[in-house]
Amino acid sequence: MSYHFNFAPILAQWPLLLSGIGLGLLLALVSIAIGSLLGLVVAFATRAPSRWLASLAFAWISILRNLPILVIVLFLFFGMPQLGLSLDKITSFIVALSLYTSAYMAEVFRAGLLSVPPGLIEAGQAIGLTRSRIQRDIVLPIMFRNALPAFGNNFVSLFKDTSLAATIAVPELTYYARKINSETFRVIEVWLVASLLYIVCCYAITLILRALEKRLVLEAN
Amino acid sequence: MTPIVEVRALHKRFGELEVLKGIDLVVNEGDVVSIIGSSGSGKTTLLRCLNLLEEFHQGEVRIGGESIGYRQRNGQRVRASEREIAGQRAMTGMVFQAFNLFPHMSALDNVTLGLTRVRGMSRRQAVELADHWLERVGMLERRDHRPAQLSGGQQQRVAIARAIAMNPRVMLFDEATSALDPERVGEVLETIRSLAQEGMTMVLVTHEMRFARDVSDKVVFMDGGRIAEQGPPATLFSTPESPRLQAFLKTSSL
Repeated sequence: MSYHFNFAPILAQWPLLLSGIGLGLLLALVSIAIGSLLGLVVAFATRAPSRWLASLAFAWISILRNLPILVIVLFLFFGMPQLGLSLDKITSFIVALSLYTSAYMAEVFRAGLLSVPPGLIEAGQAIGLTRSRIQRDIVLPIMFRNALPAFGNNFVSLFKDTSLAATIAVPELTYYARKINSETFRVIEVWLVASLLYIVCCYAITLILRALEKRLVLEAN
Repeated sequence: MTPIVEVRALHKRFGELEVLKGIDLVVNEGDVVSIIGSSGSGKTTLLRCLNLLEEFHQGEVRIGGESIGYRQRNGQRVRASEREIAGQRAMTGMVFQAFNLFPHMSALDNVTLGLTRVRGMSRRQAVELADHWLERVGMLERRDHRPAQLSGGQQQRVAIARAIAMNPRVMLFDEATSALDPERVGEVLETIRSLAQEGMTMVLVTHEMRFARDVSDKVVFMDGGRIAEQGPPATLFSTPESPRLQAFLKTSSL
């Protein structure tokens, strides 16, 4: 059997594919920004003196981590309007992805907080820094640096998860690939091109974040 | 002689375990006081009570005449506010066994942090003062290095500069050389010795008996949460009275 590859009809659609990648990156960026902020709050809440608040934070983490991302996406997009809250599909997807990633980022930040040696906090106390100063000048900067590698991994997997937005017709890369697929019937070519674009993007993100890590992460002492 | 540190009838418990069983101690201005004793005798805990890193349950600690950590309110003993405690801690400077430099900051920024945030200096004033103290401990050329780029001895000298630049009433050293490689101990002891000679008031918890004997005005021997014996080093080391101190000195190299 011989198969004749023909990429021309797919490559002719490059503006669509590029805009799909662009939207995917944007969705991932916005979601990780919101998810990180939310995750930071949740991470601190797990260490709150109030047991009630800490339990709530742990519940948040374990519920969201045990839900498939696709279920959250579909629930928000199709379920919420029934409860009187309709969001457009892009907003709805960003909310779903942000909630989902907040649980993972909360775990990343929680581990980052635990990795700050107590001796450094004591050193801050010993020179007379107040508790909030110690958080801002010592705990947070060290936590962020320690969390950076895990943050990068989350960002890459979050970018890949944006392909799920195709299920609610958000026009990102997978959505366009499917569209081109049904218009051209070049099944193998279209998914090859889409795969390649995902791989290149993920790899580029990884390289950028590695360079950032190299500058910021603290060498072992 | 002005007393800088006054400890009266200090008691401290960890749960059921009483680790300080009534400590009385006075450190006068310019004095160098070494606290010795076996591990578990309470010497580090006592030192940490002096800057409120440990809470205590009875008794009083005064630094520069001010009673720290607790106040009487309607006849009740209550912990002072967070802000008050931070201010009281800044009256002392502490050097830790594990150095505890902030790993995300240069040596210089380690020293300036307290100067700008606690002492309210401008960045420029702080850098000037930090440079002065970094030079004093022989670390000026490496002021832009991160802690991870410095040896243990260098880190500890930066930590000394960080503490002393705050102009504390008393410097507290918690086994400052115990985590160092043997060949690095000397440089840190030399730094401490020269500060002592300049009249800095100091309390040292140490296992360096020879050093304690050489630099101290007073040596305090702790045993089982009490001060078992104290006095000038010459007398304490040559004619120890208590059998516990005699036994302790026999096992430690002098």
